[in-house]
Amino acid sequence: MSISDKKRYERPMIKKMEAGVPNKFGLRSEYTPMQEIDGVSIKQLLKDYGTPVFVLSETTIRSTFQKAKKAFTTRYPKVQFAWSYKTNYLDAVCKVFHQEGSWAEVVSGFEYDKAINNGVSGKKIIFNGPDKTENDLVKAINNESLIHIDHLDELYLLIEIADKLNVRPKVAIRVNMDTGVYPMWDRFGFNYENGQAWDAINKIMRSGKMELMGLHTHIGTFMLSPNAYAIAASKLADLAISLEQKYNHKVKYIDMGGGFASKNTLKGAYLPGTDTNPSFDDFAESITTALLNANFKSDEMPLLILETGRALIDEAGYLLGTVIANKRASTGKRLTIMDIGVNILFTAFWYDHKITPAQPFTHYTEETAIYGPLCMNIDVIRENINLPLLNKGDNMVVHYVGAYNMTQWMQFITLRPKVVLIDTNGTPHVIRENETNETITSLEKTPQHLSSFNL
Amino acid sequence: MKLKPNIAVSESGFVFNPATGESFTLNPIGAEIIAKIHEGLDYSEISEWVKKEYTTDEATFERDFNDFVGQLKINGLFEKSKNEEKA
Repeated sequence: MSISDKKRYERPMIKKMEAGVPNKFGLRSEYTPMQEIDGVSIKQLLKDYGTPVFVLSETTIRSTFQKAKKAFTTRYPKVQFAWSYKTNYLDAVCKVFHQEGSWAEVVSGFEYDKAINNGVSGKKIIFNGPDKTENDLVKAINNESLIHIDHLDELYLLIEIADKLNVRPKVAIRVNMDTGVYPMWDRFGFNYENGQAWDAINKIMRSGKMELMGLHTHIGTFMLSPNAYAIAASKLADLAISLEQKYNHKVKYIDMGGGFASKNTLKGAYLPGTDTNPSFDDFAESITTALLNANFKSDEMPLLILETGRALIDEAGYLLGTVIANKRASTGKRLTIMDIGVNILFTAFWYDHKITPAQPFTHYTEETAIYGPLCMNIDVIRENINLPLLNKGDNMVVHYVGAYNMTQWMQFITLRPKVVLIDTNGTPHVIRENETNETITSLEKTPQHLSSFNL
Repeated sequence: MKLKPNIAVSESGFVFNPATGESFTLNPIGAEIIAKIHEGLDYSEISEWVKKEYTTDEATFERDFNDFVGQLKINGLFEKSKNEEKA
């Protein structure tokens, strides 16, 4: 029998039929292969760029952005997005968002410099976060950036700098509040309910040293309740209107921050995020309705700024990897080891990532735990997933990985992989090279007395 | 390597253990291998047959066969060998 006459091998499998089901919707089986991203063969991407490799779709980034923009601009007259650098600050990614019209939203001096180097005008950089050094603030003031004050120490430092430089920094305050979602995020900014926010506003207005441009909030992360944004928008609007009544000062913008859920599935969720998580339209409806219903004069509506990151980039990111080995736990449960560890897929701690094979299989599946290659017990990519009968060398696609993984990843034990962007014409570009030993060791220094040893 | 005599195996890959009431499903190659074991073929005969019929090699099949037999044992479908009984 020639090879071509032989049947395609699949490893033999026996599966016990369970009387009950583990959850009322059943476990989803992922045996439909994903073999291409934007028309580019996944096998070819792995061949050309190695395994594992992050792949981003420029087409998906742009279409997702357009969808979000449309959701807001069809409901509210003045809308501005600011790309959340911390979500993914690879220059190529930031520039896609800047080409789409996004300003930059940064939370550190490092990110601020990145935005400037990317060519963003200082006036279109929003500087958030609790850690802004005096040098950072001076730079941001001179560039006329929008400084969002997080705490009173920062406020007093700004007053000092403004005095010294004889300039009026453009500022906003970050406001935290009870939106009915717990735990309440009250560690950033000034609280609305207990009067901290008013206290900060009073200090700014009475100092006369700063220009209060806007009010900012960021109520949480991976928010599944659009209504919480409606509450937040109403409270910020009330604050803005009271500010006008008290000081005859109109804020130019209301910044609703980010935190919109992406299509990922949180651990413990019954149904996949693609089916249940709110859409941009849901978030837009809540926020814009609250602002339109507030008592702003129709010709004096403040600019609505949005800093959503995760929901704009998650879907565009894929992590391609390879099966290293199959084994059995002492209980007989299937364990599959992949070359993707939690050091590069940080979000595996939060999500049950969708994982699909990159080559066709039969419809036979087995319950598997997917582990990464790190010699660490915490290196678990999926604790339970129904997958086809994988073999060593098979390729897999992890979906919705565009947010945070390429900023929060760690160089641990192994080296971080390449990141590839597929442009809108279907041409792949390396936008971040893989690390080499040299990348890491070039930062190290060995004292002279440790330069040699005898074993 | 012998299935318990009361184990019912259908050609379509359905296994029933009347002693425990447990049911199992097999993929096609699993069903074929069970049938070969039922016929009394040993590992080397099954391996020769699989390599002739399927696109695989000795090392891959040996690993997968051992894993498969391990699962049959864990699920109580095999007769225990004399050594296992002693243990």
